Amino acid sequence: MADPEIKSYEPHHESRSAAVTESRPVRITLTTVTLIFLGIFLLLPLIIVFKEAFARGVGAYFQSLGDADTRSAIRLTLLVAAISVPLNLVFGLSAAWAIAKFEFKGKAFLTTLIDLPFSVSPVISGLVYVLLFGAQGLLGEWLKAHGIQILFAVPGIVLATVFVTFPFVARELIPLMQEQGNGDEEAALSLGASGWQAFWYVTLPNVKWGLLYGVLLCNARAMGEFGAVSVVSGHIRGLTNTMPLHVEILYNEYNAVGAFAVASLLAGLALVTLVLKTLLEMRYGAEIAATRGH
Amino acid sequence: MEVRVVNVRKEFERFPALHDVSLDIKSGELIALLGPSGSGKTTLLRLIAGLERPTKGAIFFGEEDASQKSIQERNVGFVFQHYALFRHMTVADNIGFGLKVRHGAARPRAQEIRRRALELLDLVQLSGLEKRYPAQLSGGQRQRVALARAMAIEPKVLLLDEPFGALDAQVRRELRRWLREIHDRTGHTTVFVTHDQEEALELADRVVVMSQGRIEQVGTADDIYDTPNSPFVYSFIGESSSLPVKIENGEVWIADRPIGLQAPHAPPGEAVLHFRPHDVDLLDGCSGCIAGTVAASRRVAGTRRVELEIGGERQRVEIELPVDHPAAQKSRVAFRPRRWKLFPTA
Repeated sequence: MADPEIKSYEPHHESRSAAVTESRPVRITLTTVTLIFLGIFLLLPLIIVFKEAFARGVGAYFQSLGDADTRSAIRLTLLVAAISVPLNLVFGLSAAWAIAKFEFKGKAFLTTLIDLPFSVSPVISGLVYVLLFGAQGLLGEWLKAHGIQILFAVPGIVLATVFVTFPFVARELIPLMQEQGNGDEEAALSLGASGWQAFWYVTLPNVKWGLLYGVLLCNARAMGEFGAVSVVSGHIRGLTNTMPLHVEILYNEYNAVGAFAVASLLAGLALVTLVLKTLLEMRYGAEIAATRGH
Repeated sequence: MEVRVVNVRKEFERFPALHDVSLDIKSGELIALLGPSGSGKTTLLRLIAGLERPTKGAIFFGEEDASQKSIQERNVGFVFQHYALFRHMTVADNIGFGLKVRHGAARPRAQEIRRRALELLDLVQLSGLEKRYPAQLSGGQRQRVALARAMAIEPKVLLLDEPFGALDAQVRRELRRWLREIHDRTGHTTVFVTHDQEEALELADRVVVMSQGRIEQVGTADDIYDTPNSPFVYSFIGESSSLPVKIENGEVWIADRPIGLQAPHAPPGEAVLHFRPHDVDLLDGCSGCIAGTVAASRRVAGTRRVELEIGGERQRVEIELPVDHPAAQKSRVAFRPRRWKLFPTA
């Protein structure tokens, strides 16, 4: 059936593929194990979230989302993300800039410090703020005297979120900026650009995709953070409950539809983030490939 | 614009990269900084540009002390080794960048910037590529864009760091000739760094030979090649052979024989004789000559290079012979350097 020419290639092709990959049964086993694992641990829970959310129909779903406390939790989550993500964008960008473009003492220490929020349990991050700003805390007295409320209020939640999500932007940018080096900035300066112009016209466009990617991850985490926020929030309904905290409360009250409806929003956010991330990676990958040339 | 480097010293973290370097560059001159890696040539270029500040000393642009000025104020055109083109801008935007970032009245209108960019693109013979991105250009084309971008700000001085370093030999030779043409047409004072002596000797009005953070010699290609002033320059520029010798009674001796070279002004004692392998007279008899046994012979393009063992110490030295010269096969060869120089033993 196949013409002889193609046939003559076959043995060669077979022998080459045999050298670089596993035998057929092994391949099928590995793929199956992966798929089953992904199915049970990732896909199934996701499906259940949406199934439970719509268990009593679309009407009940939207009704539970319309609940005043739920709406306030959504608003708070958006507010916290709207404050902490831009802050971390600026912090992350400056930290990456400092680490990648300059030599200074203690640079290795700073790099390690940036990773701290990743290596420390979020609950501890929250506790640190309690110890710092709580009534018995280090600054508690002073804050009380000046009528500043940080714990069990929006500032505390923002602080905890900023802490936990700090590394995302910086971690994304440091390797990128290190690889790009100082050459482009030096060129801009030699052409008469001010430091600010060099940053705005050269540095920022060079890292824009990495930056966007970091912001996306940072935002997903900011909206989804539970541990640290749980410690500092005080769980005041309608006031200091973020979406993840609200999900827990609803669930503990056996309000499955309400809990899963809010959870479905978070899951939806995760899905949107993933899709955007994939799109960015495609775009960003092509850009990197195009710019590696010189 | 005349550039004067006066007693400049540069240290990086206490490690000296340049020791007390002085150099006068005339207006409109094309100067090469030539040296092996680590010789400080790029550091010197970056100091002139203002990308680094001298630890000591000063750099003058004309009568003005430029060393306290920032790179933006110095108005130099710098072409980087790897071009450093802005990857997210088109070729035209790259070239126009220096004009776009100017402030107030100094900034030309967008249309004028574009016109200048196209004009420069024409000068570097890349017309029609203004909409391309750097990634879509070949190495040689990027180099030309980088040069056009540097010239767009009408710099007082043009500085190029290993301008042809990343290109293959063919493109290199072409661009070399082209850079010379551009220089002659625009008359910019130009300084370029290279480790390629052929490039330096062919292209530059004057060559500055550097080694270990010091200037060894400054001169035209003829000066540098024909009268090197140090053993380093002798061995770094072109081919050279050297032999340990002795000076006695105004004559040059190897072991116990005078080799027929008069050195009436050299101080008596040990010295090193330098000469070019191709710059020798072959002799038949040997009274007053250098004689040696052929130890190895290689064919190099149009000539033959033989390695001779000289005297009891078995010093090896290379000389060049015509391909058909019988001496290449003879076991003993006698010669006398035609042009040579003595340096005191280091």
